[in-house]
Parts: sequence; C-alpha cells; structure tokens
Amino acid sequence: MSLKRRLHILKRKYRGSKMAPAFNAIHTFLFLPDETTHGGTHIKAADDLKRTMNTVIMAMVPCLIFGMFNAGYQHYLALGDIEAVSAGFLSSEFWTLDNFLVGLIKILPLVVVSYGVGLGIEFLFAIIKKHEVEEGYLVTGMLVPLIVPVDIPLWMLAVAVAFGVVIGKEVFGGTGMNILNPALTIRAFLFFAYPTWMSGDKVWVHGAVERAGTPDAISGETILGSLAQNNEVSYSVMDMFLGFIPGSVGETSALLILIGGLFLIFTKIGSWRIMLSSVLGAIAMGLIFNWVVDAGVIGSGSKFYGLMNTVWWHHLLIGGFAFGTVFMATDPVTASQTNKGKWIYGFLVGFISIMIRVFNPAYPEGVMLAILLMNVFAPTIDHYVVQGNVKKRMKRLKAKTA
Amino acid sequence: MGLLSKKDTKLITDPLADNNPITIQVLGICSALAITAELKASIVMSISVLFVLGVGNVVVSLMRNIIPSKIRIIVQLVVVAALVIIVDQVLKAFAYELSKTLSVFVGLIITNCIIMGRFEAFALGNGPWRSFLDGIGNAAGYGAILIIVGFFRELLGSGTLLGFKVLGDPIEKTGLYAIGYENNGFMLLSPMALIVVGVIIWVQRTRNKALVEDH
Repeated sequence: MSLKRRLHILKRKYRGSKMAPAFNAIHTFLFLPDETTHGGTHIKAADDLKRTMNTVIMAMVPCLIFGMFNAGYQHYLALGDIEAVSAGFLSSEFWTLDNFLVGLIKILPLVVVSYGVGLGIEFLFAIIKKHEVEEGYLVTGMLVPLIVPVDIPLWMLAVAVAFGVVIGKEVFGGTGMNILNPALTIRAFLFFAYPTWMSGDKVWVHGAVERAGTPDAISGETILGSLAQNNEVSYSVMDMFLGFIPGSVGETSALLILIGGLFLIFTKIGSWRIMLSSVLGAIAMGLIFNWVVDAGVIGSGSKFYGLMNTVWWHHLLIGGFAFGTVFMATDPVTASQTNKGKWIYGFLVGFISIMIRVFNPAYPEGVMLAILLMNVFAPTIDHYVVQGNVKKRMKRLKAKTA
Repeated sequence: MGLLSKKDTKLITDPLADNNPITIQVLGICSALAITAELKASIVMSISVLFVLGVGNVVVSLMRNIIPSKIRIIVQLVVVAALVIIVDQVLKAFAYELSKTLSVFVGLIITNCIIMGRFEAFALGNGPWRSFLDGIGNAAGYGAILIIVGFFRELLGSGTLLGFKVLGDPIEKTGLYAIGYENNGFMLLSPMALIVVGVIIWVQRTRNKALVEDH
C-alpha cells in the first residue's frame, strides 16, 4: 500500500473527529486530496492558497539565507575579526561558514518559534471552531523572523506572535478576514511593547546587547539610525544595495528583495501595481524633501536635515522599505482589491513611509506604520473606486438612453 | 425574602454582567482607556463614579416630577457637575498626587455617557430607592471592568500592583526580571486598554451566546 493510499484511509478514519482539521492540514500540505467535486461546473486551478503561500516563501528564502550570513558577518565585522567586503556581492569575506553558523544558530530558533507558536494557535483555533486549518500563517511565519532584530529574545517573539495571530487575525475570523497584516501587527507589538529591543544601535548586531558597558562593547547603528542623528553614514551605496549593512534579519539586501519581487510578479502572485506605485510614492516624497533642502527652507542645524538631505533614491535602498513594499504591502488580504485602488494604496504606502521616516526620529523606520495605516484605509479606497466606477457607468447609461 | 426584592436585585446584578455599561452598551470607553494604566487610578475612578451616579440618580429621581422636560438635560448636567466638583475637591484635598494622575478625567466624569444615560433612561422614570440601586449597579459594572483592565495593564505594563513590585525589581533584576522578563510597554499605551476591553467583551460573549448580535 502506498503512503498516499494509507493517508487517505487515515483521513476517513479521522473524519468528524477533533483531530480532523489538524490531520487534513498536514495531509493536503504535501498531497492532493482524493475528493472530487460534486455537481455543477467547477473551475480547477493548481494555484490554491497553499501553492500561493509556498511561492511567496520561495521568494523569501534567498533573503533568509542572506540574512544568516549577514548576521555572522556583522557580528565578526563589529568584533574586528574580519575585513569589510571588498569584491562585490560574491566577496569571500562574506560567504564564509563561520558567518553562516552564527546566523544559523541565531535565526533558526526565530523561525522555529515563529512557526511553532503561530501554527500552534492556528491549529488550536481550527479545532475549537471546527474548521479546516487555514494556510494564512505560512507566509506570516516566514516574514516574522525576517523583520525582527537578530538578538530579540525568543519569549518576546512568542508573546508577540501569539498576540498578532489572535488579536490581529483570529478575532476577525481568521485568514482572509484580517484588517491588518499579521506579520506587521506582530512587529508593531514588539516595537511598542519592548522598544529597547527593537531600536537603538545595539540590537542589530548579534552580541552587542550583552557586551554593552564592557570594554568589548560593539555596536552597529542602522543607516536610518545614524541619519536620524545627523551622523555620517559609513556604508557605500553599493553596500546598501547588496545588503552588507546592519538591520533586521532579512530586510537588508535590496538586490535579493528585488529578485524576490520580480519572481512574485513573474508568477503573478504579487501585485506589480502596488510595488511600482509605492516606489513612485517614496520617490515623490524623497524628491519633495530634497527640494525642501535645496530651497534652503531648513539648514544643516535642523534635526531633520540628515534624513531630508538623503538622496531621494537612497531611500529605496535603506531601512525596510524594499522588503515592506515587496512582501508586505502586496499582501492580497489587506491591500486594496481594485486595480485603481492598488495604485492609490501603493503610492500612499511609499509616500507616508518616507514621511514618517523623516519626521519621526523616535521611529526611524516608517514602512511598518505606513503599511498598517494604509491597511486600515484600503477598504475605504476600494469603496470610492467602486462607487466612482458605478457613477461613471450610470452617466454612460444615461447618455445612451437620452 | 431578603433585603431586596428579586426585581431590585436584578437592578444591581444586571449591569455587572449581561448588561454591563462598558462591555455591552459600550459607554464610558473614553475614561476606561485613559486612566487604567494604574490599578489605583482605576479604583479611585470607580469609587468617584459610584458616588456621582448613586447620589445623582437619587437627586434626579427626587426631582423627576418637577423638572420641565424641555430643560431636563441642563438640570441633569447641573446635578452631575455639582457632584463631580465635590469629588474633585475631595481628591485634591486628600489625595493630591492621585488627582494629578487622574487630571482632567475626574472633571470629565460629567461627560461620561453612563451617567447621563442612567439619568435619562432610569432616574427620570423611577423612584429614588430603585434609582439608587440602578446607579450603584451601573457604577459597579463600570468599575468592575475598569479594575480588571487596570489590573492587567499595571501588572503587565509596569510589573506592579497598587505600586507594589509584585514581579520583582526591573532595575535590580530580581524576581521574574532575573530570568530575562521585561515589562510590556505597549500595555501602558491607550490602544492596549481598548484591546483588553475587547478581549473581555470576547470572553463574555463566548460564555453567553445570547449577547452576540445577529447580523
């Protein structure tokens, strides 16, 4: 008897029992169920929710692996054990086993905790509410370790994941019903609950927190952090683009995010409208700020000078902007649904991201808050787009019949 | 039969649970969000509202037959304002620090919808004894939620209860802090109060399905 056959027999055995949703979730994750549709015509497509989610995860895997190397690289670089990268993306200083091992030991637990707690709650709710386990957490669970600092204590992550999944998603009715992006809800919770672990110049490099105050102290300020304090940035633009900079685990490499984004567009999973329009929005805001500086409205003494004077296209490379735009603003549940709405939504995400980034030095990264804010407004945008279309058609109808 | 008839008992017990002014009628949310970061402030606020609503309901009920209905809101406001000023002055005299924490929210009891709502809905149509019970019941229902929210916010947000460091000292790293626990700063922000109230509503409606509205 084949494994597939055996699983189907097991499935029949569990039908109706409390175990059923949990079993089905694992079963259909890898195998096609043997059920056939009954009555009527059905459209069959291979890209169900699980395939969609898995595609997004595939797009994120390069970021995750790069993040592991980068965690070790930043650690050893801060310690002075290795030299800075010199030969572009394939520098031998970067792709070493030592770097990878540091990252693996620090980041794998983040992934495990994120998936363990999140899926645990999903299974629990599926059993209580007697429905099938929803796949929504697959992507969230991968996003979460990528958008937190490497040294975040695991229990904090667990608390935040529990909060994000229950309050951000389950209370609204589960996957597809949530208003806010669950991964960003989790990050926002961490950010407001434990700000000392989510910002500053210590948390971005592994080992910096425990060494603080000792003679071996190391630190790694993010680019946004130094700009917010009007300090000089010591990283080259190429470093920013390739991702050899301190930051949250998986968000540093604009190159790999770009590749992931193109992959999502190519597979038609992510919306190119949202990605493009949020880049346009960010550029617009960046240009406005540059113009303000050029016009001499604010001088170099202003506390906004460092960030306002940042060349407009650098904004796209630093911080979590690229990652948020590609992987989180495009979340099909919480983004606008209409095409015109997507343009407006994306543009405002980019525009507000840069605005928060510049004007709020307490929260040096604005992408999280901008996306959450626009998540709230997405249904409103859709409403007006739909109403506008209805009005246009009514007019056309009147003109025809008159 | 005890001290209260069955109908009178219901006046007190109903607002405590199935007709709670905060979780069911969703009134008085503003103050529930603003002052519940500390348990002590929650308790004092509850007692203040208990006093204002209990006495106010009796006063309005006694006057109910002589208030011209056209100006009844103004009259109710005067009653409430007078009582709130008494509370405010007492607090300032005997608990100055606390009155500073509560700041404008003592004064804002005047605008607490629960109070005007009970005056309008109950005291204007019922006798003083029943109005008194209704006032006490509603204020207790309000206070119960405030104290629950205040308990969790202070415990998780500051690691203290009524100012006592029940979870250990965060600076000296004793108790729970020794093993890496940290206070949840989010709990001290108002949005978290709304979420805690939301969770209470969730639990309450799960336990009593009759409270769930049909849609």
